[in-house]
Amino acid sequence: MTRATVTLPAAGLRWSRWPSLLALVALWYLIALLMDDPVLVPSPAATLAAFYHHLVEGDLITSLAATLARVAIAFTLAMALGSILGILLGRSQMMDDMFGGWLVIALNMPALVTIVLCYVWFGLNESAAILAVTINKAPLVAAITREGARAIDRSLLEMTRVFAVPRLRVLRRVILPQIAPSFMASARAGLSLTWKIVLVVELLGRPNGVGFEIRTFFNYFDIASILAYSLAFIAIVMAIEGCILQPLERRVERWRQP
Amino acid sequence: MKGFELQGITRDFAHPTPHAVLRGIDLTVTAGELLSLVGPSGSGKTTLLRIIAGLDRVFGGKLIWPDGRRPTTAMVFQEPRLVPWLSILDNLLLVAGEASRDEATVALAEVELAGSEHAFPGQLSGGMQRRASLARALLTRPALLLLDEPFISLDAACAGRMRRLLATYWQKHGVTIVLVTHDLREAVELSTRIVALSPQEGRLMKEVPLPLPRPRADAAIDEALAGLRALTDGWPQPSDSSDSASARCGPTTAQTSHFSRARSRFLALSRSIA
Repeated sequence: MTRATVTLPAAGLRWSRWPSLLALVALWYLIALLMDDPVLVPSPAATLAAFYHHLVEGDLITSLAATLARVAIAFTLAMALGSILGILLGRSQMMDDMFGGWLVIALNMPALVTIVLCYVWFGLNESAAILAVTINKAPLVAAITREGARAIDRSLLEMTRVFAVPRLRVLRRVILPQIAPSFMASARAGLSLTWKIVLVVELLGRPNGVGFEIRTFFNYFDIASILAYSLAFIAIVMAIEGCILQPLERRVERWRQP
Repeated sequence: MKGFELQGITRDFAHPTPHAVLRGIDLTVTAGELLSLVGPSGSGKTTLLRIIAGLDRVFGGKLIWPDGRRPTTAMVFQEPRLVPWLSILDNLLLVAGEASRDEATVALAEVELAGSEHAFPGQLSGGMQRRASLARALLTRPALLLLDEPFISLDAACAGRMRRLLATYWQKHGVTIVLVTHDLREAVELSTRIVALSPQEGRLMKEVPLPLPRPRADAAIDEALAGLRALTDGWPQPSDSSDSASARCGPTTAQTSHFSRARSRFLALSRSIA
């Protein structure tokens, strides 16, 4: 069977990657040693200490929770909105002619502009923050889903029409499985985008969350804490990727296995 | 089912160049007959079958159903058209419903696919996929069965057994069958009537009733065939490149490669955006 060999670069990690990661830590140690400036370039040990401090005595957990909550809500909204838009654009030539151009503009809109505009127009509140992230991410989901919807196999739909297969069953067993790979692709591409934008949204106008904390540390020039927060967040995103998204994708792709 | 009627069916295509495929087909199909549509490649057999199936709606002329609507219909397409991510059994249940699990297993055994119920279509050969698509059509117990070159990629012995299965099914269930084939011998073996399409003009050339007793012995088929040789006059010599190429055996189906091409396209796209 001809099979697509293209896969997204995995944000999750395989065990074979661990040696190279250890090498990265070693390199970090070396640079910290050479620079000999614990404030500007804190060592891994100092970062770990900062991490422990914020975990036990600081707001690391609550900040992470606040940020993840925003990521979850914005991610869900953007996936729902983007998927519906993408399917409409992919299935209807008229819709694509009318709104395809809007999508191009939305895709190229700088994240910072939407964030600032949302805050200006809707105030420095939670809804504006979530809305800004959703607006940033939904176009990407729509663009990827549109390709998936365009690729729906007409010959299978014809078959279900001759046999008068009930619509709901066609949707569940024939249409959705064809959109699933693009849905997964947009979920993975979208998740990394979402959490990056959430940090910016928090940095610009929220009183809590990882982005807010990073701005505070920036004001105090606390590089160790910035690194500690970043690493904690990266670890969580990788865990979500490896424990939820990748197994889900494997399930969707199971029929391709020989 | 009371049969149906085609009145002055025409069909034009715009690509690659504007041309008429069907130019006024008049045909009455009576209930319970096994009608063969024969003709060389490009004579419009498949187009006519798609119009009867309701898949092609931009034709001229009239298609008249006595009850005002098409009866329950099943079809075997030129390609198997199995859903690649459903097992063979699930492909049958997709059209027949979950309640038909036992019947589906029986239907698969009848087309010699016992043991392949849980394989995915991509794991089967082209001939096996085609038999699965025949089982799917028979399982739904249609009033009207449309077959588009259903035995084309099967080896001779297997095709013979499948033809006998079809003949038995037809006799038992009284279904109306329209069989498209370019194999005159197959048409003579199976049908109650043969309708030949002319090679180029998009018209019906000849109708031949075949009131032969069943089961039809080779000698009787040969004899009837000898009288019908004139039907194939003017057919292009059977190089048959297009037909045999599309029915090649092997695990690669048109739909899976189409699907993975499309998939790699949007994966590449998503990567470029991310």
